[in-house]
Amino acid sequence: MTPITDSWATRLPVGAKMLTLIALSITTVALHGVRSAAALLGFVLVLAVSTRVPARTLLRTLRGIVLFAVVVAALQWWWIGPARALESLLDLTTLALLGVLLTATTPVGDMLEAFVRWAGPMRRFGVDPERVGLVISMAVEAIPGTITLARETRDAARTRGLERSPRALLTPFVIRVVARAHEKGAALQARGIGD
Amino acid sequence: MNAATAEPSTDVTAHRPRRLSTTDLALVASFTALIAVCSYAAAIPVGGAGVPITLQTFAVLLTGLVLGPWRALLAVGLYFLIGLAGLPVFAEHSSGASAFTGASAGYLYSFALAAVVAGALAQYVLPRQRTRAVFLFIAALVATVVNHLGGIVGLRIVLDLSWHKAASIDAAYWVGDIVKAAVAAIVAAEVHRAFPALLARRG
Amino acid sequence: MAEVVLEAAEVRAPDDRVILHPISLRLTEHRIGIIGPNGSGKSTLARLVNGLVTPSSGRVLVDGVDVARNGAAVRRRVGFCFTDPSAQVVMPTCIEDVELSLRKRIKDRVRRREAASQILARYGLADRADVSVHALSGGQRQLLALAGVLATDPDLLVADEPTTLLDLRNTRLVADTLFGLEQQLILLTHDLDLVRRCDRVLLVEDGRIAFDGPAEVAVARYEATV
Repeated sequence: MTPITDSWATRLPVGAKMLTLIALSITTVALHGVRSAAALLGFVLVLAVSTRVPARTLLRTLRGIVLFAVVVAALQWWWIGPARALESLLDLTTLALLGVLLTATTPVGDMLEAFVRWAGPMRRFGVDPERVGLVISMAVEAIPGTITLARETRDAARTRGLERSPRALLTPFVIRVVARAHEKGAALQARGIGD
Repeated sequence: MNAATAEPSTDVTAHRPRRLSTTDLALVASFTALIAVCSYAAAIPVGGAGVPITLQTFAVLLTGLVLGPWRALLAVGLYFLIGLAGLPVFAEHSSGASAFTGASAGYLYSFALAAVVAGALAQYVLPRQRTRAVFLFIAALVATVVNHLGGIVGLRIVLDLSWHKAASIDAAYWVGDIVKAAVAAIVAAEVHRAFPALLARRG
Repeated sequence: MAEVVLEAAEVRAPDDRVILHPISLRLTEHRIGIIGPNGSGKSTLARLVNGLVTPSSGRVLVDGVDVARNGAAVRRRVGFCFTDPSAQVVMPTCIEDVELSLRKRIKDRVRRREAASQILARYGLADRADVSVHALSGGQRQLLALAGVLATDPDLLVADEPTTLLDLRNTRLVADTLFGLEQQLILLTHDLDLVRRCDRVLLVEDGRIAFDGPAEVAVARYEATV
């Protein structure tokens, strides 16, 4: 997981950051030409430096997309021409950086809280923000348990020599997930939550 | 063994139409977790040749086939939210907003639509055939087409490619996705056999 | 003590198979045990009491409230503890799970957290407040589940085989907690030592009450049939 920096960006409200991310992403994709792509990338890099995201994080993100971006750029060089290839490379890098910036300057908890907050005005559409918060927590809590179920199913399949069979691996796993969901639903109902 | 659980709206007080029961919430949360875990897991070898398939698409299709359109939409949406929040649940252990702004973002966004399509087909069109993998496979294939179309649109927008070029990049993923659709259908059929009430009461 | 009344309550599966034949009971004792083989219908019987299952015919009343008509009200008075603690615990950390139970009664966040801390302390989990629920032992998780259920102060607690998945030490821990409660307790269990501590025991077989009376006699009857 990306580490959280502490800077002016961390203190901005989540909504503002997301809107900025969306606006800049659309701009990146909409503008054509190598010059504007380079300018945007430069701008975002400056932004990144000012938020004090560790260089390691940036490099790790870049490393993730570099291979893909190079392949794409090669294809585009071949299909369209060098200018477009370079522009794509720059754009993809910019987009990846924008994404990292948002995530690196916003702790997971803050994001989730923001989602629940935004659910508030959605009451008129029948959305219950309490239930939104509840289901988010439930999903997060369910992850470790689901991993355990997966592991147990895989071990059971191994002991029978069936680890190559998707049926032996996945069917019992999914059935147990569904069974457990029913149990959790009953448990919630028994506790009078979400009733 | 499993007694019939009380339908959530036997309460005289509860009147909102299509209100989600606690079991619905639990199912949504569980499948969000399932998609997350499948996305994080390494590719599993399938069949005699041991062809490795990644599980993210499998999990999304399965979610649609098992939960039906509405709950599947919520589950996938919730998956987006927790990934966006920063949990490493996207492909290749990535997380955060970059998954939504990259070249393959089209595939990610259209997961939601694909799950809804798979769910709608499984629920409304195939009520009696839900325990037969063959029919669920058709539903999963249609959903896969939707997913790929979304992916192609995404490629076009971000990389400024023609339809033709974008489609040829997309073509590479087809074989793997057909295998995933088949596996999802097989598993979903078994799930519906074990839990016949899952899609029964709706529609 | 709460009063649970079953009036010819019958439960049928969707395919019309009978799970519980019509049963009439009046339960008022402090500690009631329910024993019986797997598949006998005792879990269904337990779930009738808190309205997780509604009778196909007949009525179930808890303190005069019909579970079929007002399940939510019944569940405010009747707590339910499941066999598998992992299935019951819903939030990522211990204190959040207890806070969840308190949400309706204590709106203020700070006071809610304090109350939750105190409840955790009562069950020996104070030092695990911010720990992930998955890091707990089975016994601790079951205690946490109990804490969550008892946080809402129900009049009656139904426990469906709460110690089946636990080792001896944790079984003793959970059992002592249960039998130390002031609330009325309906305990389903395979553990005959626990059942002997009950005031009244029901033996359920094939969807019927095969025996209803003192613990020792019920246990002897059950052991004779096995």
